[in-house]
Amino acid sequence: MIQLPDDRRPPLTPQLAWRVTVIGGCALAMFAIIFFRLWFLQVLSGTQYAHAAQQNRTREVSVPAPRGEIVDRNGNVLVKSRQAIAVQIVPTELPVPVRDPTLAQLAAPPAADRALYRRLAGVLDLPTRRQRCTVDKHNLRLPEIACDVAQAVYQLQYADATVATDVKPDVLYYLKERHDEFPGVGEPQVYLTSYPYGPLAAQVLGTVGPITSTELDESEFRGLPQSSVVGQTGLEAFYDQYLRGSDGADQVEVDSLGNLIQELPEKAPVAGNTIKTSLDLKLQQTGQASLAQSISSNAPAGAGGAFVAMDPDNGQVYAMGSLPSYDPNIFTKPIPQSVYDSLTSPTSSDPLNNRAIDGLYPTGSTFKVITATAALESGTWNLDRSFDDTGQYCDAPDSCLHNSGQAAYGVVNLVTAIKVSDDIFFYNLGDLLNVDPQNHPLGGALQQWARLYGIGHATGVDLPYEASGNLPDPAWRAKVSQEEYQYEKQHHVPCCTIAYPAPWTVGDNVNLAVGQGDVLVTPLQLAVVYSAIANGGTIVRPHIGLEVENSIGDKVLQTIDPPPTRHINIDPTYLAAIREGLREAASASGGTSADVMGNFPEPVYGKTGTAQHNNEPDQAWYACFVPATATSKPIVVVVTVEKGGFGAVAAAPVARQILSQWFLGKPGPYVAGTSTTL
Amino acid sequence: MSSSNPIQPATPDASAIRPRAIFLFDPLLALGAIGLVVCSVVTLHGAFGSSLSDRQAAYAGIGAIIAVVLARIDYTRLRDYRYGLYAILIASNILVFAVGRSTLGAQREIPFPFISVQPSELGKVLLIVALAAFAVDRTRQLHERRTTARIMLLGLGPALLVIAQPDLGTGLVFVAIAVSMLFIAGTSWKHLTALAAMFVASVALVIVVAPALGVHVIQHYQVERLESFLHPSSNPNSPGYQASQSIVAIGSGQKTGTGFAHATQATQGFLPEANEEFIFAVVGEGYGFAGAALVLSLYALLIWRILRILTMAKNLYGALIAGGILGMLMFQVFVNVGMTIGLVPNTGVPLPLMSYGGSSVLVTFIALGLLQSIHIQARIASAGKGRALLS
Repeated sequence: MIQLPDDRRPPLTPQLAWRVTVIGGCALAMFAIIFFRLWFLQVLSGTQYAHAAQQNRTREVSVPAPRGEIVDRNGNVLVKSRQAIAVQIVPTELPVPVRDPTLAQLAAPPAADRALYRRLAGVLDLPTRRQRCTVDKHNLRLPEIACDVAQAVYQLQYADATVATDVKPDVLYYLKERHDEFPGVGEPQVYLTSYPYGPLAAQVLGTVGPITSTELDESEFRGLPQSSVVGQTGLEAFYDQYLRGSDGADQVEVDSLGNLIQELPEKAPVAGNTIKTSLDLKLQQTGQASLAQSISSNAPAGAGGAFVAMDPDNGQVYAMGSLPSYDPNIFTKPIPQSVYDSLTSPTSSDPLNNRAIDGLYPTGSTFKVITATAALESGTWNLDRSFDDTGQYCDAPDSCLHNSGQAAYGVVNLVTAIKVSDDIFFYNLGDLLNVDPQNHPLGGALQQWARLYGIGHATGVDLPYEASGNLPDPAWRAKVSQEEYQYEKQHHVPCCTIAYPAPWTVGDNVNLAVGQGDVLVTPLQLAVVYSAIANGGTIVRPHIGLEVENSIGDKVLQTIDPPPTRHINIDPTYLAAIREGLREAASASGGTSADVMGNFPEPVYGKTGTAQHNNEPDQAWYACFVPATATSKPIVVVVTVEKGGFGAVAAAPVARQILSQWFLGKPGPYVAGTSTTL
Repeated sequence: MSSSNPIQPATPDASAIRPRAIFLFDPLLALGAIGLVVCSVVTLHGAFGSSLSDRQAAYAGIGAIIAVVLARIDYTRLRDYRYGLYAILIASNILVFAVGRSTLGAQREIPFPFISVQPSELGKVLLIVALAAFAVDRTRQLHERRTTARIMLLGLGPALLVIAQPDLGTGLVFVAIAVSMLFIAGTSWKHLTALAAMFVASVALVIVVAPALGVHVIQHYQVERLESFLHPSSNPNSPGYQASQSIVAIGSGQKTGTGFAHATQATQGFLPEANEEFIFAVVGEGYGFAGAALVLSLYALLIWRILRILTMAKNLYGALIAGGILGMLMFQVFVNVGMTIGLVPNTGVPLPLMSYGGSSVLVTFIALGLLQSIHIQARIASAGKGRALLS
């Protein structure tokens, strides 16, 4: 047997053997470390990394959800969502990508991007000349597309800029076939909010728009992507969480460069819910048409007006209009700066404002029902007491107030005073109701009852930006005087209207008693006051939303029925007297609106108002109701016309047409009154 | 061959042994190498298609032929060419600055008509062969400080050239080769400790002190790699992206791997340089813990065989060459694998035989050829010794 050569190798030196052992030990230790690490990564936490790898390659492409519809009480669609193709620019994919730019960079886009904008403008038929472009209060001069990009990027980093919506199919195909020539231009499918009736109830329905950076931080918009479109005004804003729906996502698998590899199961978009409103399309149309006619025939150009029609028992708003109006369809696409300016400029008469809830005016004589309530409830006056109207009221020998047209109504009681709108009678009540301003900073019974009726506080209607108005009392007067005094001291110019010091006087209370002076009320607030008189003292919370329905409108998800704000206890006999005065005013001979409402088949309780406001032509008012005791479908209507003159002339005819539409199904003739009372 | 037992000395005539000497090679070393090449080709084919795997197989084929040729010659003859080899090492790595083709800001390759050669890769074996020879020259002065310093400087010179290309990883491989040779040669622990202290001091100087003085010895990207090692990131533009994606790739392989149809990290570009420096992550993703363990086992096999060849070499020169190769392979394997699993910073060292690339594969095969030559020569010598003892 031959020995194997291995056995005969030369002996190792002990030193080399030791060192080889050391190296072998090192190798062993390192392999051990690597194996443990691999075990940890692959076996112990493998699922976690598998998930990370999965996340790496899936991208979500948002699929917009259609917004919910807004319908009237009969199901007529007032706002709908329709599919359209938009053209967007993705700033990070432009020939020269726009990332986190400065204002100066936005003001002068790179030449390659400018060339792209020019080509795209040619395709979309957009202007290429430079025009004013407001980017976050900075005025630049840019062509329209560059302006859109600048505004989008400056507002939200990485935001896509929509340069056109609702493009025609041929434009879409043209762009789709030439993606290489238009880098960074996308044509996503979007949903556009559409208003079939244009300016009808535009301010009530409201607009939608891209979410703003401040909104993104708000809790109610938490979790929304930057590309979201949310309600910005009106019902669209108030009920946004229901109307919004939730965007779906096309999950796609991509490589590390974001190239599409395959589509994965999609997450379907969930359409927004439908909001059913208490609005009545026909009534709204009639009201808006009638108000427009009144404004054009009674008020100077640029004047506005508003009306509210409401159920006095539960606050459901049947119609609410504000003129001038605008067509909200223009806001579904980026609008040129010039158009936006024209809608918001001082000469435009604020078509975006909803005068029914944010128009603040003195109410004129329509306030007298509050004064009457305060006088009767406080015991300052009673129903048997009569007053001799001599045609003037003087709080000082040389300072006298008169009835409109210098009328003197002779001996009148409270019912008659309401019927003929006797100012002298109510001046007297205002005088009697005045209290010592030192001891009663919040005023006396008049202020107390006005507050109970809701004057000076927002009604809580389901619309954003409601104004609360103003109820003058001694404390308010003192505060304003102090502020004006401060202003004059700081700026050394006379300020405002009231000369300092201007303490509360009896004249203030006298003015308030007839709805003049510093009292400021919205038409909706006045509708709430007259509702309380109609329903026996319940201060309703007006609301326009009725139901939240599912997207196809066949299932009610939630009923909107807010409880009344409060109930005020008014002696039924007093209420009856006030109602009698209102009924006679609208029906009996000599009543302020009898020639307008007298022959109406339903019993109308109405009060005219004519308010002096800012030394301009008088503000016309008419507030009326048909109570539940007389009809199965009670209604309260308030109409106001800025600079319209006498209430019976400018406002009452509009109310009549609204009532006619409501009860008779047709507006009927426009009957202008003749009464020239205030 | 007529004999059924190649290791049986059929005749005492030494010249007659020659034709059959090749059969005295170490079969386990060859098996480990072939196993790794197969793993590499299969992985490249699965993840990146046949164009890469075919070329890798071709490189391995050429490398195997070179290894067989080298195995047949007596490595001891290379001692005579030490000055020439060292000169080639220095010259080629200087030449790279003049005619080098630049990839990713680094000049590492010299373009030839059909293949680009990385002198830094080839330099590894040149350095091993030359440095071993210089060490053998000074066998009797091994305890002197001058010897240690000279060998270290002979290694550091080309290392600095390579680091300047810049290729920090290969430069560190050069240092590892020099240190492992000193260790095998029997340099005293005192000298080795001093070297370690100097190494730590110089690293501190380069990374901390020099930048503070405004001198930037290492490149910006290298600083970023170091920083990214400490703070991994998921931003594709940041250097830490590679490391974190590599860990995700390996982790997602779990026990048995995703298979390459689902190895999205490797195949869809999330893992940069997946076919080169991060090939181990590709294996880990595609074949899971099982695949990674197999590859590591093959490396363990290689290292065990090299240690064995080191101990049986017929002379110090052979032991030193084996030691240098051992240092080179161990450093590359541990640094590369450690990098893919997040244990060490990214220095850009290829994984021997696994990473795609001609220079790296050829050089590894040259090293394997040298090892086989050492093995064969040791067997011949011991056979001769055995016969001498027998006769």
